[in-house]
Amino acid sequence: MYFKKFLKISSGAFAGVLLMTINSANAFTACQVTDVGGVDDKSFNQTAWKGVQDAVAKHGIDSKLLESKSETDYEPHLNSMVNAGCDVIIAVGFLMGEATKNAAEANKDSKFTIIDFAYDPTVPNILGQVFATDQAAFLAGYVSAGVSKTGIVGTFGGINIPPVTGFMDGFAWGVKHYNKVKGKNVQVLGWDPDAKEGLFTNNFDSTDDGKAFAQNLYDEGADIVMPVAGPVGLGSASLADELGSDKLKIIGVDGDWTQTDPARKSVYLTSVLKKMDVTVLSVIESVKSGSYSGGVTVGTLENGGVGIAPYHDLSSEVSSELASEVEALRKGIISGSIVMNK
Amino acid sequence: MKIFNYFGNYFSNRETFQEIIVIPVFATLLAIFLGLLLLIVSGSSNEIALKALIALFYGSFGSISSISETLTAATPLIFAALGIAVGFKAGLFNIGAEGQIILGGMAAVIIGFSFQLPFFIHLILILLVGALFGALYAFISGWLKATTGAHEVITTIMLNLIAYRLLDFFLRIPSIQKEGRNDPISKSILDTAELPRILYFLDPNLRVHMGFLIAIFAVLIVYWLIFYTTIGYEFRAVGKNLEASRYSGISPSMTIILAMSIAGLLAGLAGASQIAGVLGRATPGFSAGIGFDAIAVALLGRAHPIGVLFAGILFGALIAGGRQMQVSADVSLDLITVIQALIIIFIAAPVLIRKLFPWIFR
Repeated sequence: MYFKKFLKISSGAFAGVLLMTINSANAFTACQVTDVGGVDDKSFNQTAWKGVQDAVAKHGIDSKLLESKSETDYEPHLNSMVNAGCDVIIAVGFLMGEATKNAAEANKDSKFTIIDFAYDPTVPNILGQVFATDQAAFLAGYVSAGVSKTGIVGTFGGINIPPVTGFMDGFAWGVKHYNKVKGKNVQVLGWDPDAKEGLFTNNFDSTDDGKAFAQNLYDEGADIVMPVAGPVGLGSASLADELGSDKLKIIGVDGDWTQTDPARKSVYLTSVLKKMDVTVLSVIESVKSGSYSGGVTVGTLENGGVGIAPYHDLSSEVSSELASEVEALRKGIISGSIVMNK
Repeated sequence: MKIFNYFGNYFSNRETFQEIIVIPVFATLLAIFLGLLLLIVSGSSNEIALKALIALFYGSFGSISSISETLTAATPLIFAALGIAVGFKAGLFNIGAEGQIILGGMAAVIIGFSFQLPFFIHLILILLVGALFGALYAFISGWLKATTGAHEVITTIMLNLIAYRLLDFFLRIPSIQKEGRNDPISKSILDTAELPRILYFLDPNLRVHMGFLIAIFAVLIVYWLIFYTTIGYEFRAVGKNLEASRYSGISPSMTIILAMSIAGLLAGLAGASQIAGVLGRATPGFSAGIGFDAIAVALLGRAHPIGVLFAGILFGALIAGGRQMQVSADVSLDLITVIQALIIIFIAAPVLIRKLFPWIFR
């Protein structure tokens, strides 16, 4: 019976739907191609997608999404979005840099924006969004050094690429700055900002790796870990959840993980925010208003493109003295009186 | 008893029209139908489901660029699945196509950027070396099976894991790693090593490349090899009954090693054609699970070269159509994985198909 009804409705709708499917973009449409890891990664892709959804809610535009399952998907996915008549195409991730450039050069009428990639020279129909995450991670590193009881903190990354290592650089510099100011010797495991070498899972999707890497760092004495690998870090959080936040704390990246992963919010000391949602929304608005132009935009502490999340459940661990020092550092970085890499 | 008859016939060349065409076609239709039903049950409207179905067809065969995408996705699947089919014929279950693709692709990349050679020679060389390294890697499993009896399922799975780590390692060697990058990514191959796009004259963005034509050629070669040569006869004999073929003077060890190497050769070609035709460089994820999807393609194609050709195109169509499905109907790509899995279940249980559609088998 149900099937009959289905057929009845279907055949009537057939012609209309066929047209809609093929010729789908009448309203303003923002389209996103995510990197591997999926749009529900509670981190990188999800934050960027939130920007699109915010635009949908605010301006009533249409949106389309394609999730990459592997790196071989980038090129055909971007081409599909071009063919779908998107008004702006958002490529999420450094690894898509080459594919986005090829697509943009082959389709000069389409407008692109890419997260974490700045072209040199710039491409007229791509707006690169890069983020000074080292500034925000610097603050997180400083807090961690102040909160750590073992005097050892750790980090690991997904792949050794600038958008990942930017976090790790800032984190290590922040700890170093703490040591200099306080005359302490807090150690950072997992990243050497001078040699550019450290711990990497070499993927952005295995939560098992996230757990194993955090376990290794914990075994080496680290009691605070910052995983910079999108959803991989959720594995680290599950370890911290098992051990208890007095033994291991996690620092989130990209979004505020107490919001995206509320079930384990007690393990997050803070999160290094990379507000892709804000920049994606503003790019969509600029395309809509006609003020879009290619080039590069940089999110900093000053313009609010990066920042750190509140300490939430663990705010009792952060003394008011430490918190005010962090606030002073933030102002110092903005004014330029603090040079991070020293 | 029916099922035993079925398996008795499985590796023979007496597949009837029903077995290599009708069952796969109905398995596919049934899987797509159930996939859409799943959509509706999980809360999508009928309209979305219908839209998804239309997008699936439109995205795979609805336009020149859809067909181009379908064939581009099908090409490596056909190569690798042919290899797996050769293994099936000789009674070998080769799970290692993924690793063989990685080795073949890796070798192809190195040849592709290291040598300055004229166009045609460079292209031939990149494909040959890719095939050779795929074959060498599979040879290890064949040799282990022939000499020690180590089961090829285990050894090929383990060799896959080794291949992943080898790739990570190779991509970090300074002479292979792309200049100015810290992450594992290889240099790009030279233009002379690229497989030309065959529809370039229509639109330079149509990605289908000469690798597809080579894949069709490979289908014919493998067909000839399996059904018209002594070696092919030996493969089939060993696959059916190893002891009987030993008794009749065939060396099972040599046959196993040879079948495994040919399987690896074809998987290596899959890797090389991905590199030379689509990617142009290697990254840690460049094999993209093709070696595993190819097992499904070989099963759907009933381990018959012609069947593999069509099954490969069908899987390519699901990949290209699935993309359109997410773009147009906002249905997750994961539905395609569900449909692929359902196809395999129905293929593995042909009795079910016969029971559900009795009228087509009369």
